[in-house]
Amino acid sequence: MALAHPLTTIVLAPLMAAVLIMLLPRRALLAVRVTAALAAGVDLVLSALLCWVYLRHDLRGLHFEDKFAWSPVGNISFHLAADGISLVLVLLTGLVIFCGVFASWTVTYRTKEFYCLLLLLVTGVFGVFVAQDLFFFFLFYEIAVLPMYLLIGIWGTGPKEYSAMKLTLFLLVGSAFMLVGLLGIYFAADPSTLPGGQRTFDLVALSAAGYPVRFQVIAFFLLYVGFGVLAGIWPLHTWSPDGHASAPTAVSMLHAGVLMKLGAYGVLRVGFGCLPEGAMAWVWLMGGIAVINIAYGAYVAMGQTDLKYVIAYSSVSHMGVVMLGLAAANEVGINGAVMQMFSHGIMTGLFFALVGLVYEKAHTREINAMGGFARRMPGIALAFTIGGLASFGLPGTSGFVAELLVFLGTVKAHAGVYAIPLFVIYAIAAVLAIVITATYVLRLLQKIFHGPFDEARYGDIGDARTTEWVTLVVLATLLLAVGFYPAPLTDLIGTALGPLVP
Amino acid sequence: MTGRMVLLQALLTEHYDLFLIPGLPFLAALVIAGFCLRPPRERLAPALLIPALTGSLILSVRALAEVGREGVPLTVSYAWLWVGSARLDIGCLADGLSCVMLVVVCTVSLLVQIYSIGYMKGEIGYGRYFAFMSIFSGSMLGLVISDNLLQTYIFWELVGICSYLLIGFWYRRPSAAAAAKKAFVVTRFGDLGFMVAIILIFSQKWWTFNFQQIAGMAHGGNIAAAAATPLALLLFCAAVGKSAQFPLHIWLPDAMEGPTPVSALIHAATMVAAGVYLVARCYALFAIAPVALFVVALIGAITLFLAATMGVAENDIKRVLAYSTISQLGYMMMALGVGGYVAGVFHLTTHAFFKALLFLTAGSVIHAIHTNDMWKMGGLGKRMPITAVTCLLGALALAGIFPLSGFWSKDEILSAAWFSHLPGHWFFFAAGLVTVFLTAFYMFRLWFLTFAGEPRSEEAAHAHESPWVMGGPLVLLAALAVVAGGLKCLVPGTGHGFGAVVGTGHGEEAVSHAAMALSILAALAGIGLAWAAYRARLVSPAAFNARFPAVHALLKNAWYFDQGWRWFATRVVLAGSGLAAWFDRHVVNGMVDGVAWLSGWASRQLRTAQTGQVQFYAIVLTAAVVAGLLAVLAREASLLQLFQVRP
Repeated sequence: MALAHPLTTIVLAPLMAAVLIMLLPRRALLAVRVTAALAAGVDLVLSALLCWVYLRHDLRGLHFEDKFAWSPVGNISFHLAADGISLVLVLLTGLVIFCGVFASWTVTYRTKEFYCLLLLLVTGVFGVFVAQDLFFFFLFYEIAVLPMYLLIGIWGTGPKEYSAMKLTLFLLVGSAFMLVGLLGIYFAADPSTLPGGQRTFDLVALSAAGYPVRFQVIAFFLLYVGFGVLAGIWPLHTWSPDGHASAPTAVSMLHAGVLMKLGAYGVLRVGFGCLPEGAMAWVWLMGGIAVINIAYGAYVAMGQTDLKYVIAYSSVSHMGVVMLGLAAANEVGINGAVMQMFSHGIMTGLFFALVGLVYEKAHTREINAMGGFARRMPGIALAFTIGGLASFGLPGTSGFVAELLVFLGTVKAHAGVYAIPLFVIYAIAAVLAIVITATYVLRLLQKIFHGPFDEARYGDIGDARTTEWVTLVVLATLLLAVGFYPAPLTDLIGTALGPLVP
Repeated sequence: MTGRMVLLQALLTEHYDLFLIPGLPFLAALVIAGFCLRPPRERLAPALLIPALTGSLILSVRALAEVGREGVPLTVSYAWLWVGSARLDIGCLADGLSCVMLVVVCTVSLLVQIYSIGYMKGEIGYGRYFAFMSIFSGSMLGLVISDNLLQTYIFWELVGICSYLLIGFWYRRPSAAAAAKKAFVVTRFGDLGFMVAIILIFSQKWWTFNFQQIAGMAHGGNIAAAAATPLALLLFCAAVGKSAQFPLHIWLPDAMEGPTPVSALIHAATMVAAGVYLVARCYALFAIAPVALFVVALIGAITLFLAATMGVAENDIKRVLAYSTISQLGYMMMALGVGGYVAGVFHLTTHAFFKALLFLTAGSVIHAIHTNDMWKMGGLGKRMPITAVTCLLGALALAGIFPLSGFWSKDEILSAAWFSHLPGHWFFFAAGLVTVFLTAFYMFRLWFLTFAGEPRSEEAAHAHESPWVMGGPLVLLAALAVVAGGLKCLVPGTGHGFGAVVGTGHGEEAVSHAAMALSILAALAGIGLAWAAYRARLVSPAAFNARFPAVHALLKNAWYFDQGWRWFATRVVLAGSGLAAWFDRHVVNGMVDGVAWLSGWASRQLRTAQTGQVQFYAIVLTAAVVAGLLAVLAREASLLQLFQVRP
C-alpha cells in the first residue's frame, strides 16, 4: 500500500500520526515523541527513496501519480504527483521535520498538542509540494499556514501573541490575493485547450491551457504578491523576523526552512507553469525586489543584536536569492533557485536548531552578552561555523552551488526588451551584497564562540546532548555533502524545468 | 552504467594522478578530522600529513619534469556540474607555471609541517591545527593546479577560510579572533571582483572558464580589449585582496596573530602569492588590456614602497616580516605589470623560500623567548647560532645581495621596469630601487636588533636553540634561499632555464647590468645604515624621530590606513546597519503596525454606533426608511422630469 501510493503515504503519514498522538495518554511523552519521529522518519526514508528511484531510472516529468475523483462540481480531484522539483522539496521537508522532531524533544508544555499541530502543518507542506490540483493545492497551503498561529501563540517566546497575529494576518492577506489569482486561472483558461472542453482545477491541464495575455499579466501579479508574502518579499517581509524570533525552535526551523519555500514554489509551479507570458512581464520587478531583499535583509541582519533576529533577517536575504533565480527565468537560474530553496532550508533549519540550543544553555539571545563558547560547546561551534559558511556561499557548501547558479542564470536572463542590461546589474548588485553576509556571519561567530569566556556567568553550559546531535549532524553533513557533490540534486531539478521555464 | 564508464575512463586516462596532488592532503585531512582530533591520537596527525605532502611533492616533481621535457601541458578535466547551458568543470592543468608553483607549495608546506611538530608541541588543539593545515595544503594545491577560473575561485575561497581558521587558531585571544575576521572580510571584499568577473565572462557569447581556451581566444583576437580590460581589472581586485596590495593590505600585519608556521606557509610563501599567481595565470587576458597592466604596475609600485616604509618603524618581529611580504608581493605585481612575466613568477618562487625561512627563524626566536618585541631581544646570535645564521642568509637573500636567490629575481624585476614600454616606467624603476634600500635597511635592523649586541631582557639572556625538528627545516630552507637563484639557468629535471619553463609564449627578458649595479649599491647602503644605526650606534634613530616627529608618527601608524579603514567599518558600515535596522523596525514595520492601528481605530469608531438601545435603533430605522422613501420620490420626480411629463 505504502509503496503503491508513495505520495499519498508521505502526505498522510504525519496526519495519521497526529491522530494517533491525540489518542495517546497525556503522560506518555516518550510515546508521543517516538510516534512523531516515526512518522517523520517514514516520510524522510520514502522521499529519499523516491528521489533515488527517479534518478536511477532517468525519469522526467510527473511520476508516482495518485488520482482520485473528489467532486464532479468544478471537476476537482485528489491528484498527487511529483516531478524533480517536487521531490527535492519533499526531501527537504522530510529532512527538516525529522530534525525538527528531535529539536523539539525538550518541549514539555502540552507536548501532545505541540506535536499534533507540528505534524498537521507538515501534512500541509508535503501536500502543497505534490498537489496537482489547484483546489487541494490551496487547501494544503492553508493547512500549512494556520497551525502556525497556535504554535507561535502558545509555545512561543517574547511578544508571541503579537507575532502570531501579525504572521497570520499577513499570510491570510497573501492568501486572498492568491485565491483571486487561482480562481482567475480556473475561469480564464480557454476551454477549447482543456481536456474535454471542461473547466477543471487540475494543474496539469491548466498548465497546458492557453490564457489571454492581458489576463496573464494581471493574474501573475496577484499570484506574485500572494505567494510573495510567504516568500518574504520586501516590503512584505516584516512578519517573518518577528514570527521566527517568537516561534519555538522546531517551528522556526520548519517555517524558515520549508514554509517560506511554499511561496517561491507557488510562484514557480502556478505562476510560471500556467502564466509564462504574465511572468515575463513582471520579471524585471521580481528581480529588482529580490536584489533589495538580498542587500537589505543582509544589512539589517548586521544591525541586529538578538541572535534569532539575525538569523531571521538572513532568511529574508536568502529568499531574495531564490526569487532572483526565479526572475532570471532560465534553466540555470531556476535550477539555482530551487537549489537555494533546498540549501537555505537545510541551513536555516540548522541555524534555528543551534540558536535554540545556545539559548537553552546560555539563557540569553543577546549576542553582545556571549563570548568564548567554542571552548565549552565545540560541536555546536563547529556546526554553527559550517552553517555560517554555507550562509555566505563558501565553496564546498551547498550555498555556493545555489548562489553560483542563480548569479550565472541572472546574467544570462533574456532582458532583451530593455535597453539597459538590467539583469547584469541585478547580478552584480547581488554579488556585492553577499559580502555583507560574510561580515555579519563572521561577526556573529566571533561574538558568540570566540574571545574570552565568562566562567562566572556561563560556568554550567555544555555541548549538545544525545538527541540534539541528530539534528546537527544530519543537517551540517548535508550542507557539505551537497556542496561537494551537487550533481544529483541539480540533475533532479533539471528534469523538471522544461515546462516551467517561461 | 554511464557513471561507471565515466569513472573507468577517468582511471584509464593518463594524467589522473594529477588529481592526487591536491587529493592526498585532503585525504590526510579527512583521516585527521575523523580520528586524530583529540589527545592522545592527535600526535599521529603530522605522521599522516607529512607522507601525504611527500607524495604530492613527488608527483609534482614528476609532472614538472615531464612538462619541462615535452614542453606540452598535461591536462585532465571532468564535468562537476552540468546545468542547462552551463557545464562547469573540475580539472587539472599542469604547465610550466603551475608545476613550478606546485613544487614550491609542496616543498615549503612539507618543511613547515615538520617544523610545526616542534613549534606546536603541547598546544591545545594540536590535532585541529594539522587538520586545518591539511585542508589548506590540499586547497592551495587545488588552486594552483586548477584548469579553470571557477575552480580557482572555489579553492581561492577555501584557502581563505583556512587562513581564517588558522589566524584564529588561538580563538580565545580577542585579538586573534578579530584578526581572523578582518583577514577574511577584507580579502572577501576583493573577491567580489572575482565573482563578478566570473559571471561577466559567463554573460559573454564566447564564455569559457578554461584558462587555455581563454588564453587561446585572447591570442587569437576573439576577445575585444574593451571586454578584456574590465575582466582583467576585476580579477586584479581579487588579487589585490589576496596578495595584500594597497589599499587592502591592512589584513596581513594583523594576520600575524596566528601561529608562526601558519604565517610562514600561508601568509608569506603560498596563499598571499595566489594573487600574483592569478594574474600570471590569466596573463593572456592582461596582455591585451594595457590599461589593466598599467594599473597592476602602479598598485604594485605603490604597495612595495609604502609597505617597506611601514616595515622600517615596526618593532614586532613578525609584523616587520609581514610588511616585508606585502612589499615583496608588490614587487611581483609590478613585475607582471611592466611586462616582466618571468621576473614576477621567478621572484614569487625565490621569495617563497627565503620569506618562509625568515618567518620560521622568527618563530624559532619567539619559541625561545616568548615575545615578538625586538627591543626585548638582542644577543641571540651566540645563544641560537643556527637560527641566527639561517636568518642572516634569508635577510641577505631578501636584501638582494649577490649571489643569493633574491638578487637574481629582484634584479630581473628592476631590469623589466628599466626596459618596459609602459608610460612612466622610470617611476617604477625608481620606486623599486629606493625600496631595495629600504628593504635592506629594515631587514638588517631586524637582524641586528635580534641577534647582535647584548640581550635586552631576561628571557633573551637565557634563550636556547630550538630542537632539530625545527632547525632542520631552517637549514634546508636556507640552502634553497641561497641556491634558488640558479633556477634561472637550469630547473633540474627539465633541461631548461626558469624562463623557458614558465614563460612559454612570453619571450625572454633582457637584463640590465646598470640596474644590477645600482640595486647592489642600494642594498649595501641599506645594510650599512642599519649597521650604523643599530649596531655601531653611529647615527641615532631616536634623534631622527625627534627631529621629524610627523614622519615618525606617519610610519609608526603605517600611514594611518588601519585607522581609516576602521573608521569606515564602524562609523559607516556598522552605523549604517544600525540605521537600516531602525528603518526596518520603525518605518517598514511601522507602516504595518499603522495599518493595524488604523483598522482598530476605524472599528472603534464604528462600534459607537452599537449602543444596544432599541429606541435608538428604531429611530435610525425610521430615519433610514424615510430617507429611502424620499430618495425614491426624488428619483421618481426626476424621472418624470426626464421624460418631460408635466403634472
